[in-house]
Amino acid sequence: MSDRSILRDLPRLALLTLLGLLVLMPYIWMVAASLKPLDEIFRASLSLLPERFYAVENYGKVFAKVPVWRYLWNGVVVCGGILFFQLLFAVPAGYALAKLRFPGSGFAFGAVMLGLLVPYHVPALPLYVGFSQLGLLNSYTALIAPATISVFAIFLFRQFFKSLPDDLIHAARMDGLGEGEIVWRIVLPNAWPAATAFAIFSVVAHWNDLFWPLIIVNGTSYATPALGVLYFRSDEAGDDFGSLMAAAVLMTAPLVLAFLLAQRRFIEGIATTGLKG
Amino acid sequence: MSEAVLTRTTPRLSAGEALAGWMLTAPAAIAFLLMLLAPTLATIALAFTDYELGAPALNWIGLENFAELLQDRGVAIALRNTILYVAIVAPASVLGGLALALLIEAGTRGRAAFRAVFFLPVVSLPVAMAAAWQYLLHPTIGPLNAALRAIGIAGPNWLSSSDTVLISLAAIGVWENIGFNLVLFLAGLTAIPRELYAAAEVDGASRAWDRFRLVTWPLLGPTTLFVVTITMTRAVRVFDSVAVLTQGGPNKASEVLLYAMYEEGFTYFRLGYSAAITLVFLAIVLALVWLQTRVMERRIHYV
Repeated sequence: MSDRSILRDLPRLALLTLLGLLVLMPYIWMVAASLKPLDEIFRASLSLLPERFYAVENYGKVFAKVPVWRYLWNGVVVCGGILFFQLLFAVPAGYALAKLRFPGSGFAFGAVMLGLLVPYHVPALPLYVGFSQLGLLNSYTALIAPATISVFAIFLFRQFFKSLPDDLIHAARMDGLGEGEIVWRIVLPNAWPAATAFAIFSVVAHWNDLFWPLIIVNGTSYATPALGVLYFRSDEAGDDFGSLMAAAVLMTAPLVLAFLLAQRRFIEGIATTGLKG
Repeated sequence: MSEAVLTRTTPRLSAGEALAGWMLTAPAAIAFLLMLLAPTLATIALAFTDYELGAPALNWIGLENFAELLQDRGVAIALRNTILYVAIVAPASVLGGLALALLIEAGTRGRAAFRAVFFLPVVSLPVAMAAAWQYLLHPTIGPLNAALRAIGIAGPNWLSSSDTVLISLAAIGVWENIGFNLVLFLAGLTAIPRELYAAAEVDGASRAWDRFRLVTWPLLGPTTLFVVTITMTRAVRVFDSVAVLTQGGPNKASEVLLYAMYEEGFTYFRLGYSAAITLVFLAIVLALVWLQTRVMERRIHYV
């Protein structure tokens, strides 16, 4: 197959390029419109390049009207916080379920499997009532806490830790390490492939999530990037597609750039990890 | 002395190991209880009450919410639209993903680049991309209708006409899911042993279509079933594009289950009723999982 001449390969490449361009259409037009003044956008010409370069004004308007850095920072805090607690809870639990014998472990694993069946939308109503009664609506706590438990992470780490050799752990015990130290100093460093895959999966899922932030957050101070675009769309932009597209570009860029830099890891992380998503 | 030896030679359930096991699972168990188990059970309980946010008391009303569900035109439409959406998005993005995977797999040039292009929507902020689609599909200034005008066709008002809104949202759904399916199919294709194709060719399967029919399709069976069910469970959760672009309109033409649940719960604060809709949603998700395990089990005997 590899010795195929480029000439014979040409139809395949042309077709894939055409389909690829079709998939890229929203990105192409999003960026194009973010560079155009409004009158050019309203003329609905099919030219991608602006006649009058208007990027400074469009992007400037976004930065002037909405706290872009605030949204991005909130996204970082929320995704970072969620990932931190997910790992803090799931790594020890995954290790215990994989390598330790203790009464109730079968029950705990059953709970994990059952938890995998429940979409995160299902507990949302009572969680909202709970946070509202605690006065925690509009807070990082409310944004982070419900996602801190990932049964999927426990499941993933348990499977991965099962394949780690028992001798590794026995040797660590001989050296006098406690079980807690074994988890963080021996097991986790040996589980980087699973941990990075899960980290990418988790960050992509929560950076992009709209459902929970929409429920729990009101106003800009705790808005995530997804909410930021939504607010800008309804409050500031109106029919100003130029600056709306600029806002969309700004909020999409961080993850897309990260993806372009580490494609293989992203695809492996989301496709192997996302299987249960 | 002998006792000490005895306990040491039966190490299966040492007290220390049990304690460590409990200590290490305790944080996850507490979070599981507080954030998942208790609120899920509370949702089930809420569905049998008339609870509204801010109401002084709540009453058990048995199955009344579910009786109301059966009469509710909005919910019936939401259910119908969700099923329609899944019925368009699942087959289109599964077959599309398979076709793209076969095209990419058929040669060596440009694999990583094409894979990255088609996967891009999976990692892009859905709200932002919905805004891009809103511009792309705009009836007067949108590039799609501008292109249609250029060849003499008057394009419809994609997102604000009840005839086209669901198909437009479904097209966005296909665009979001196709790259994900493509990657799963690529993984399935690379697992097929090369020798089988050579063997099929020796046996007279000289056309590409025959090799696909005799080798690829049967061996890809488990992957395909898996992709079908995972796409269905992803599609049934459609929310973002509806929340951003249509809010269920016009005239409920794009109302879907999760958005109906969101509106009842967080716009009208009828939490009991919203919980009942949530249970309908959960039942569909569980039915899909059940279908997946059933089909998977059955296929294993044949493939």
